[in-house]
Amino acid sequence: MQFDFATVLVFLLVGAGFVFIALFVGRFLRPDLPDPQKASVYECGERAIGSGWFNFNPRFYLMALVFIVFDVEVALTFPVAVVVRDWIESGRALVAVAEIALFLLVLAAALAYVWGKGHLDWIRDIEGPEGEE
Amino acid sequence: MNVVQHAADRFMRWAFSVDPSTWPHAWVVYLAFMLVAAVVAVGFVALFAGPVTWIERRVAGRIMSRIGPNRVGPQGVLQWLADGIKCFLKEDLVPEGADRTLFRIAPYFVFGGMFGAFVVLPFGVHLVAADLNVGLLYVLAVTSLVVVGLLMAGWASNSKWALFGGVRSAAQLVSYEIPSAFALMTVILFAGTMSMQGVVAAQGGFPWDWFVFRNPFLFAAFFLYFTAAIAEGNRTPFDLPEAESELVAGYNVEYSGMRYLFFMFAEWANLWIMSAVATVCFLGGWQIPGVSPAHVAAVEGFAFVGWEALSFVIFAAKASTLVIIVVQLRWTVPRLRIDQLMFTCWKYLVPLSFACILGVLALMVVVRDGGTVDLALRAALLIFGFWVVVEYARRIRRTYLADKALYERMEGKKLWYPPYRMP
Repeated sequence: MQFDFATVLVFLLVGAGFVFIALFVGRFLRPDLPDPQKASVYECGERAIGSGWFNFNPRFYLMALVFIVFDVEVALTFPVAVVVRDWIESGRALVAVAEIALFLLVLAAALAYVWGKGHLDWIRDIEGPEGEE
Repeated sequence: MNVVQHAADRFMRWAFSVDPSTWPHAWVVYLAFMLVAAVVAVGFVALFAGPVTWIERRVAGRIMSRIGPNRVGPQGVLQWLADGIKCFLKEDLVPEGADRTLFRIAPYFVFGGMFGAFVVLPFGVHLVAADLNVGLLYVLAVTSLVVVGLLMAGWASNSKWALFGGVRSAAQLVSYEIPSAFALMTVILFAGTMSMQGVVAAQGGFPWDWFVFRNPFLFAAFFLYFTAAIAEGNRTPFDLPEAESELVAGYNVEYSGMRYLFFMFAEWANLWIMSAVATVCFLGGWQIPGVSPAHVAAVEGFAFVGWEALSFVIFAAKASTLVIIVVQLRWTVPRLRIDQLMFTCWKYLVPLSFACILGVLALMVVVRDGGTVDLALRAALLIFGFWVVVEYARRIRRTYLADKALYERMEGKKLWYPPYRMP
């Protein structure tokens, strides 16, 4: 087991090392001629207006929140999913299936809630201060 | 048993005549063997990702009735090498006002996240760097490093296009991770293990033993996984992050030279990862028809090498077929819009994958393995799957013939090149 995870570490280091070596060796071969024109960001040939770091659409933010719930759910359910076959074969099928199904249905309810709230829609009405649409 | 460890043990007994479990310097040899395995994997990634870009461009040319790269080497096969050298010699630009540190380290995350998945991908009966017992979960986890890299690249560029592209990428990748993870969960339920080799071992060499034909919900899960994986790989029809026509290039718009190449590298290598995971989970992996893995493990010497090589060829053939299908899809299907992309995921794929899990669970309880119902289901699925493959091939043939007829009418002469070759 330690050996397996040591291999993972070695792979990640070799992957990063490959990138580093390619970039480091390339440094001696590629030109380096800085120029203010080249250093400007691309905005369709126009001079860039303002910074690129601005407030952007929070839709992505809600997606990310929903994602986290589901991803945690995946991480929690995978280990349970492994033993389901054993449980079914040893005659505890109902418990195993009920456990997973219950867990999934709670998540499904959450998805239905988010869906019903309209958070999965791209175009949304802006809610007024009283919650009116 | 870990194959790298096993090889290192044998090497130590043979070269130094020591017992590896008690020898204090054994870790040096282990480390050397791991490094060799990792370097072989890097070589594989490079030799896959490079040529597949050439294949992709040739297929694109074929589909769009144009030629594609055909100058560097015979039929242009060395185009990828020329591209690589060119990118290698290009100046490495960092835009003014960018976050230089994040900008520079983003490719490491993208490449590292992609490359980490190669640890657990089994290429043959024993050809795997480390068969982690959490294999599938590990693949999902380590590939999400890519999201971090893309977001970093998009943010650090200090460019509006790059920021939009990066945020879109992140939203898309994380969203589609859910259906793909759920689709893989059906496999875990069915196989009772997360280890990649374990999943392959639970299947058989013949198509009726593959998971995709074992259960109608696994059949559906295969397509769910495939769709979600295409989206995770930023491929058309889901390539919004780099929608050239609207976002110019997405997160990598400010990158140049080698740093840019590593993003592309990861994207094409990801093709192999998604195809390999689909092959392992649904299409029987490296299983040789009629030969059990136990038999391969039992033989010695030349026969062992032969069986391993055959299993690798079988695996590579299945995965390459999927790669070619993804490449063809890219040039066949138009791009979705961003809102369609999101609701395809959350309103169709996620509920469907929920249904798949519940369906697999129900069938596992109700249908006995090897019973009449099980065999009937398998037979029906096999026939249906066969029809899908035949229909796919027939449609490709039909468009080719239509294309050929049009060319012959326009040029007034016989079409002289076979479908795989262009002037």
